[in-house]
Amino acid sequence: MGRYVVRRLLLMIPVLIGTTFLIYSMAWALPGDPFASRCGQRPCPESFVQAETERLHLDDPLPIQYGYFMLNMAQGDFGQTSNGESVLEAASRAFPVTVKLTVVAIAFEIVLGIGVGIAAALRRGGYLDGFFLFVSLVAISFPAFVIGYVLQYFLGVKLGLFSVTVGRGAPWEDLILPGFVLASLSLAYVLRLTRATLLETLKADHVRTAIAKGLPRGMVLRKHVVRNSLIPVITYIGADVGILLGGAIVTEGVFNIQGIGGMLFHALSIRENATVVSVTTLVVLVILLVNLLVDLLYARLDPRIRYE
Amino acid sequence: MSEPDNVAALEKVEGAPGTPSSAVPEVGRSRTLGGDAWETLRGSWVFWGSLILIGVLVVMAIWPGLFTSVDPRACDAARSRQEPSGAAWFGYDVQGCDVYARTMYGARASMMVGGLSTLMALLLGAGMGIYAGFYGGWIDILLSRVTDIFIGIPILLGSIIILSSIPTPPDSDFLNVLKVSLAIAVLAWPSTARVARSAVIQVKQADFVAASRALGASRGWMIRKHILPNAAAPVIVITTISLGGYIGAEATLSFLGIGLQPPVVSWGIAINDAAAYIRNTPHMLFFPAIFLSLTVLAFIALGDVVREALDPKAM
Repeated sequence: MGRYVVRRLLLMIPVLIGTTFLIYSMAWALPGDPFASRCGQRPCPESFVQAETERLHLDDPLPIQYGYFMLNMAQGDFGQTSNGESVLEAASRAFPVTVKLTVVAIAFEIVLGIGVGIAAALRRGGYLDGFFLFVSLVAISFPAFVIGYVLQYFLGVKLGLFSVTVGRGAPWEDLILPGFVLASLSLAYVLRLTRATLLETLKADHVRTAIAKGLPRGMVLRKHVVRNSLIPVITYIGADVGILLGGAIVTEGVFNIQGIGGMLFHALSIRENATVVSVTTLVVLVILLVNLLVDLLYARLDPRIRYE
Repeated sequence: MSEPDNVAALEKVEGAPGTPSSAVPEVGRSRTLGGDAWETLRGSWVFWGSLILIGVLVVMAIWPGLFTSVDPRACDAARSRQEPSGAAWFGYDVQGCDVYARTMYGARASMMVGGLSTLMALLLGAGMGIYAGFYGGWIDILLSRVTDIFIGIPILLGSIIILSSIPTPPDSDFLNVLKVSLAIAVLAWPSTARVARSAVIQVKQADFVAASRALGASRGWMIRKHILPNAAAPVIVITTISLGGYIGAEATLSFLGIGLQPPVVSWGIAINDAAAYIRNTPHMLFFPAIFLSLTVLAFIALGDVVREALDPKAM
């Protein structure tokens, strides 16, 4: 276990360097004036240009710029918005809301995705199975903002079942619909993955043995089929945390949630690209770290991973 | 959908020692993987449905004038946000433009971004993947690490960084489309590369390739005759599915305001413009949203059904 963690952490270093370099090049090293489109419809304020040029050492050669970029991030300095507020501070205020939304989304994935997936697999080829396969295809195809607006309009505006926007502090009950919308794509994948692995496990020898020795059907399903099928599903859900954090931009924009995605959405809509780039960089880094953490957790969950 | 595929899988390594003779299909008609897949697809309504839908959309993208005689840029603020009627089937939007005409003309931007980013991601991804998979060794290690780095960044977030760092090109619809396609392709190629690489490695280990090498075949000949045809299927499938995904990504980026910019007519822009008025005039949002979703659905469904025909075991 210890050796696996160390190896994994060491492997992470070159990837982290590569990814940050990539982000850095996309954000600051593309040809043209770096401040040409950063501050919306107006040109950037002189003070902001000066502060950023100095902070990122934009006058120095590229490798040095990148070094300072990393150094800044290591010290928690993600720059400032063009209004002069610290990006890290604004983001840490918004972050808890996004975490709550992600929790709701993952709850949907676990309960609905796995539950329906199991039900569909047990009735393979039936109407229910076909129906859910079709629904999941629709969920995969329809962009999140379309699903968001359609559900918001029909369930929120027309039927009044859910509140259309999320209030300050993001109470849990307001997050149910946005959480479902955020989860919709992954929900469909979890459903399909659960169904596929379950069908595979149902054909396994140890399941046939269990049935042959007379174990009750419920017991076979619980102890032998479902438990063994869930490992890839859980792996997928873990890796999905990062995807959800990224997808939050659209969902939080549609439902006007004051999380990190909402912050990005707002910055995008007033074209304040300086803030957009800093916050996105922060989010991508959080995603990388979350993915690493999830990886390490698996080493605890699944003993087979340790010795690979 | 189930039985012939085992035969097909064996057909792929035809002539390999140890192939059980019972698996040899009936004499008289040669059966190939592609042939069997075609047999399955021919009877599938999802296959024909998505193919017809894609056909219509392609025609719409090339000749939008066939579907409407109204100019999508002829707007009159006096009829702003009017409901659908006989004169304008989908109603009018905020600027008073005909939503039906704009929806028909919007197909072009979506299909172009989808096509261009797919083409770029395919060339780059498949090229890298085949190269890494075929040559192996340190080239493979290096390219795989590069792929890992790119795959760590979600496409949407990465393209947001790129697009918000490049200024919008001055009044050129095509440059606008190219910019968005590039931003998507730069982050999208790694998934194609991974699929291509593993497909090539799988084929490379097959006995018939070893036999061919033993007979003195050159590298180029082996790649052309053995590797490419046999590794193509998974790459084609992932390309079709991702084409749908890229169209969705373009719409999402345009919806966020950093993808395509007006005066380009695009579904994503239309949805963004209509979003603020969803409570009272949802028609402005729903019609472009329906077309966008159907387009994405058509490509993903096509890829899905082709994959199932080629490999029933995959999810």
